[in-house]
Amino acid sequence: MGKPNDLVQGTLDLLILKTLLPDAMHGWAIAKRIQQVSGEVLQVQQGSLYPALHRLEQQGWIKAKWQESETGRQAKFYSLTIAGRKQLESETANWNRLSAAIDLIVSEI
Amino acid sequence: MRWLSKIQMRVQMLLHRGAADAHLSDELQFHLDRQIAENIDSGMSAEEARFAALRLFGNPALLREQARATWTWNSLELLLRDVHYGVRTLVRTPGFAAIAILVIALGIGSNVALFTIVRSVLLKPLPFSEPDRLMRLYEYSADGSFPYNQNAGGVFAEWKKQSRSFSDMAICGYSGYNLSGSGEQLPEGVRAASFSWDFLPMLGVQPALGRNFTADDDRPSANPTVLLSWGLWKRRFGGSTSIVNQTVLLDAKPYTVIGVMPAWFSYPNPAVQLWTPIYYKEPATEINAIDSHDFIVIGRLKSGVTEAQALAELTLITRRIHDQNPDNAFVSKAASIRPMLDSLVGDLKTPLYVLLAATGCLLLIASLNVANLLVARAAARRKEQAIRSALGGSRLRLLRQSLIESLLLSVMGGALGFLLAIAVIEWFVSTRHEMARVEAIHIDSVVVVFGAGLIVLCAVFAGLIASASAKSRQVLIALQELSRAHSAGQARARLRAVLLSLEVGLTVVLLIGAGLLLKSYTRLRTTHLGCLTQNVLKMDFNLPESRYSQPAQRANFFDSLLSQVRNIPGVQAAGLIFPVVPGDGYGGDSGFAIPGHPAPPKGKLLYALHRWADPAYFAAMGIPILHGHTFDDSQRPGHATQVIVTESFVRQNFSAEDPIGKHLLTLGQRPFEIVGVVADTRFEAGEPTQPMMYFALDAVDDMNGATLVVRSAHDVTQYAMPVQRLIAGMDRDLPVSEILTMDQVVGRNTLDANFDATLLSVFAGLSLVLAGVGLFGILSYMVAQRTSEIGIRIALGAQRKQVLGQVLLDGLRPALFGLGLGLAASLAAVREVASMLYETQPLDPAVFAAVSAVLLLVAALACLVPAWRASRLDPMQALRTE
Repeated sequence: MGKPNDLVQGTLDLLILKTLLPDAMHGWAIAKRIQQVSGEVLQVQQGSLYPALHRLEQQGWIKAKWQESETGRQAKFYSLTIAGRKQLESETANWNRLSAAIDLIVSEI
Repeated sequence: MRWLSKIQMRVQMLLHRGAADAHLSDELQFHLDRQIAENIDSGMSAEEARFAALRLFGNPALLREQARATWTWNSLELLLRDVHYGVRTLVRTPGFAAIAILVIALGIGSNVALFTIVRSVLLKPLPFSEPDRLMRLYEYSADGSFPYNQNAGGVFAEWKKQSRSFSDMAICGYSGYNLSGSGEQLPEGVRAASFSWDFLPMLGVQPALGRNFTADDDRPSANPTVLLSWGLWKRRFGGSTSIVNQTVLLDAKPYTVIGVMPAWFSYPNPAVQLWTPIYYKEPATEINAIDSHDFIVIGRLKSGVTEAQALAELTLITRRIHDQNPDNAFVSKAASIRPMLDSLVGDLKTPLYVLLAATGCLLLIASLNVANLLVARAAARRKEQAIRSALGGSRLRLLRQSLIESLLLSVMGGALGFLLAIAVIEWFVSTRHEMARVEAIHIDSVVVVFGAGLIVLCAVFAGLIASASAKSRQVLIALQELSRAHSAGQARARLRAVLLSLEVGLTVVLLIGAGLLLKSYTRLRTTHLGCLTQNVLKMDFNLPESRYSQPAQRANFFDSLLSQVRNIPGVQAAGLIFPVVPGDGYGGDSGFAIPGHPAPPKGKLLYALHRWADPAYFAAMGIPILHGHTFDDSQRPGHATQVIVTESFVRQNFSAEDPIGKHLLTLGQRPFEIVGVVADTRFEAGEPTQPMMYFALDAVDDMNGATLVVRSAHDVTQYAMPVQRLIAGMDRDLPVSEILTMDQVVGRNTLDANFDATLLSVFAGLSLVLAGVGLFGILSYMVAQRTSEIGIRIALGAQRKQVLGQVLLDGLRPALFGLGLGLAASLAAVREVASMLYETQPLDPAVFAAVSAVLLLVAALACLVPAWRASRLDPMQALRTE
């Protein structure tokens, strides 16, 4: 089990940022949401969210806060920072460019 | 604002690391628990739910590590952990750690100390303004033999007037005074110098207190003025600022103190304690003479003028003066020039660089030795390393670990080494306080950087060598080797043998250098001066001109002093000599002519060293009178007519005739009759004897000082106090200085050679010990590795003697190889020390042979113990240790 490569890592970052856009969430909820929204296509190994979350937090894209969860237990809730919103915009634009390019190549055949 | 939150994050991660750790665990646990709960809700059993959750989640321990790895400070944390681990390993083997640290401390300490000295003395620019353009100017000696002769005041005056190459030019001379005591203070003789008024402004130096000389002070008719050195001011005048404008008595004459020089200032040498204006100090006949080479001239080159251009101009002027005075054979024909820094420390270059090279070798040996120790340890820890890399410890991590260990050793060794260096420098400065620029020796930031660089270099060198053989692909082999018992780690043993050969080679080079210098020093010390040196005491005194202006007064003083000293019970003989005793320096020379002999060819001079002595001096010093007799009673003040010459003087000038009764014209063309011939003495140990003329001390007109020599049967130093008391009783203002035995005089003048030889011997001795220890270590290790093999061989009937011989040979092989290497390297290296040797050939076979013998002996001793232990092995025991 090696480290995720750049493409995967960048994609995971994008997924997390996008997921956090509407409101703050804890890790388990993020994993669930990605799974649900992608129609169970993206089966992310749940644990690998955490290195990504911590990296994004260290870089200041997201911030974390401990508060009561829906079960009443304390959980770490992540939310986007202002810088994180901008980052999401630029990463979304990047993603659109990239996927359009890949689309072109794939539909050529 | 992102940077702000990033900084916030950093601070938080630094300050609340423990809490962050706990939070991370909580966070992961929360996730797992939620997943488990969900799984149970969907109908799984508790255990099933947990496994399913874990499968979905991944390895929590690893993910925890990966999350941690994204935190800031993580690499620092890893480093700290490695350091912690390194410290623990070192603490577990305190013997190894102590030896390695000590070895590195010696290597780094000696290098830092010597580098400090070399940098302060040779490399740092002089502390004057624009020191690069300050040149010391010389006259090329009149007979063309010596380029760096001192200057004549008359020639200097012409240079200053005519030369266009220099923005400033000034003159300096040596002198000495009796500084009289006030109240309780004893009088003392002080070394002094005289400056022309523009000397200090040329250097760009201001007195720390008061003012510099003015042109008005620097005239024969001026009121006497003096500048004090910082040291004299502190010591003698209590550092009181009210000293300025007070008067002090120099040679019983009042001088106004106009200032105090800064503490760092010492020119022309560190012994000088006060300065007077030169044109006031020197009689006009002396300072204006064109053939009396007693002065130092410094010039500041104009910008854009090269040394060569300036030299050409000065030589032209000098040549003109020479041609205008065709009758005076002592006028120089040419000039020479070199930077002021070179003129001060040029002689120290070779010895200091040789010593620096030696400490460099020592450091190399020390780090080779530490590398050797680390290799041995790496071998012992092979199993641990192999297991670690099998478990996934990356190659880089392992390398880092070994580098951190050697870095720890060298940092601790280096810190100890710095302390050592500080002590060594303090000792050096106090023992060599007469060396030029000794006051400039300080540890500065560059030295600290140099030391830190050495520490890192040492660590990387030792660490890399040690880990060079720890290849991860050998994991399997290592594990296999450990499971079977046969001679292991052959590659490492070979690496260690190569390191050891290098070490032995370097040691041989150092030993040979030290051997040569020691031999040279012994030769120097045992050269016979030509007089007695045991139980002879000398002391200098000066009669101030103001109180002893008449020659008769001085003669009376001399006579009365001698008769009283001779009456001290136990004193066997006493005499007076001027200016110096044998072995204490050149002392000056005079030209002469021999009436009736053909004049020497043009440009060739007749001159001999001059001395003034009382009639009993020769007997007191044990200098045999070979022909004729000593001065007789006719030599009274104003009636000097007799001269005594030496054997070599006769050999040079009277090859076939009897010199007794012949006349010399000298000391201003006056006739002197040769009444005696005495044996030669050397003016300095290690210098060839030179022709010499002695005149009667009592009879000379302008002699106001002398050296008293006292001889006794044993323990002559006990007479120093009685003689001093006796002189104080005759004149309480008269200081006595330079009280030394003749052995001390010789010792002082061979101090450099002694010093260099001693230091180099210490370095060589240390490296010999290191090499011996290294040899012992590697062989002990090899024997330990081969215990079972040797045990099997002995069990199968190998003779113990055979085993002994084999192991001995194994150990001696690298020593022999290193010896050959060292001898070859020495052939080249000895050329560098050739100029420091006296009557010793650089390729001295005795030294080379002795070094080889000593080295082999030490190597054999170091190998004997492990070899003997191997041959005593009990095969049962050896095979059971499996």
